[in-house]
Amino acid sequence: MKIHEYQAKAILGEFDAPVPRGLPAFSAKEAVQNAKKLGGNTWVVKAQIHAGGRGKAGGVKIAKSFEEVEELASAMLGMRLVTPQTGEEGRIVKRLLIEEGAGIEKEYYAGFVVDRNSQRVVLIASSEGGTEIEEVAKKNPEKIEKIVIDPGKGLLEVDAKAVARKIGIPEEAMDEAAKFFDALYRAFVEKDAMLLEVNPLVLDKDGKLFALDAKINFDDNALYRHPEILALRDLDEEDPAEIEASKYGLSYISLDGNIGCLVNGAGLAMATMDIVKLYGASPANFLDVGGGASVEKVTEAFKLMLANPHLQVILVNIFGGIMKCDVIAQGIVEAARQVALTVPLVVRLEGTNVDIGKKILAESGLPIISANSMMDAAKLAVEASRSK
Amino acid sequence: MAILVDKHTKVMTQGMTGKTGMFHTQQCKHYANGENCFVAGVTPGKGGQAFEGIPVFDSVREAKEKTGATVSVIYVPPPFAAAAISEAVDAELDLVICITEGIPVHDMINVRYKMEGKKTLLIGPNCPGIITPDEIKIGIMPGHIHKKGKIGVVSRSGTLTYEAVGQLMEVGLGQSSCVGIGGDPVNGLKHVDVMKLFNEDPETEAVIMVGEIGGNDEEICARWIRDNMKKPVVGFVAGLTAPAGKRMGHAGAIISGGEGGAEEKLAVMEACGIRVTRNPSEIGKLLKSVL
Repeated sequence: MKIHEYQAKAILGEFDAPVPRGLPAFSAKEAVQNAKKLGGNTWVVKAQIHAGGRGKAGGVKIAKSFEEVEELASAMLGMRLVTPQTGEEGRIVKRLLIEEGAGIEKEYYAGFVVDRNSQRVVLIASSEGGTEIEEVAKKNPEKIEKIVIDPGKGLLEVDAKAVARKIGIPEEAMDEAAKFFDALYRAFVEKDAMLLEVNPLVLDKDGKLFALDAKINFDDNALYRHPEILALRDLDEEDPAEIEASKYGLSYISLDGNIGCLVNGAGLAMATMDIVKLYGASPANFLDVGGGASVEKVTEAFKLMLANPHLQVILVNIFGGIMKCDVIAQGIVEAARQVALTVPLVVRLEGTNVDIGKKILAESGLPIISANSMMDAAKLAVEASRSK
Repeated sequence: MAILVDKHTKVMTQGMTGKTGMFHTQQCKHYANGENCFVAGVTPGKGGQAFEGIPVFDSVREAKEKTGATVSVIYVPPPFAAAAISEAVDAELDLVICITEGIPVHDMINVRYKMEGKKTLLIGPNCPGIITPDEIKIGIMPGHIHKKGKIGVVSRSGTLTYEAVGQLMEVGLGQSSCVGIGGDPVNGLKHVDVMKLFNEDPETEAVIMVGEIGGNDEEICARWIRDNMKKPVVGFVAGLTAPAGKRMGHAGAIISGGEGGAEEKLAVMEACGIRVTRNPSEIGKLLKSVL
């Protein structure tokens, strides 16, 4: 699960990692009130969306007066912000963060991730703050420092300082840097995060360190023990189809092709998308219906796919193991009747009782195109999409 | 004896009295030699009960002492599954197979830390389990799609493994053992660990390796194969069309040095002498062609 910058900063604040003073605003009026509350003479108006690259896209602006805060806030709220991370459709800005202006001496990068190879948490840091870390990794991999953290000992002060030195944090700020990294690590572990990035981590003119931007992604599997994190969820930032899918235990991701894929199991679902592509078309979605392809789940899955205006064909690929093919076939037939299909339906069943399953499909009276293998299914689906 | 488990293995089920545990214990018990293999269940507080004639114990240690079980399979719900693995590690079992999907990653980091230097091996979590056809099935895979043979299968995915097995059957090839290592980022045995076992197993003649996007387990395994493997290996990697960033977390790709995409994995595998296909319906045929 993702959260907004202002929410991530509030969490860092709880762990005593310094962040600029700031307040969220949902209207231009509130933006001005917040600027007044913060005081000073410079404020930063920041669009809050769940995507990076906001600055270059016009989502971060500096205001020198209350009038300017109001102007910028009015312009930004409701605007469609298109960044490299949002896709072409962009995101509508509905929330802002009003922050006190900050003096920047130097920008660094600090991030924590779960590393598959070491099976531990890794701290990544770089002297090249403020740019995408992926870019740094590509162009200047030598400017990236990493340390693997021992889960039993936590982030040791000596290690934190060694990293801080390597990325060029001045000696005077060393204690502060160690404390800062330690705060980030504790937040990462205690809040069950998958990714925590501070980019840039800023050293100001007084030699103080703080998080000018912050991003935290959480482990969905651990949200059951973090109601305080779940409360931060912003449904406006999520794909409505994906939200709807999650209500029925379906794993769904919208894609830009026109062949809807309904599959059991994530690996087989990806393989089905791949084979559709191999035969010259593109998948409209990733959809894992899970182990129990019940009538209810298949019906909801059909509805989700049919709501996509680009959909031309539905391809069902089920390997019935414990769940028998005849039961699945009945589910597909019933679901197809309930939703009144408007596109061709190609079904490939394999596994237990596959012959009975195919017979049920054939005798349903529905225009179901039955396929004998994954390859056959992909070919038939692509053909059906072309003749449409 | 195939790898890891055979008809002589004694298994306990942790979480046997839950709905999933009951269903699959029943299925496994009725597969091949399951009757003699599934000897105990563990559910704290339910010791003394029995299910399908299998006695239930309060702890893993007790189940091990009383029945001689050395392997455990776990169906415990996600919030308690990491503790269940830890208990099995403390009781010094040989092998733990964790089927449970949805265990928090930080719990698994702590479990893996705890397992360091211990003898217990872990398969999973979030996996279908392991089967040595016509001998023993430990997990949720459909037993009857398999038959005894000489092909090893190792995979990160469930149904895609069944698909590969189905294709092997179509070309008339049985399996020595099939291992689903699971799709979680922090887990037990990796592709390379299972590959080493297949390499040493006299009953395995060739191996299918099914990978998925994310991480670089496939690349590590491919390089090991290049330098050590005595048997032919064929491979497939799911996710060529998967959109970047949707499942793989952003900074995660940095650690693995730009690896993690399906195309990169396939390229490394090919460069290491592994025959790969980009067509998931040709895995079986490809394997047959290298024998």
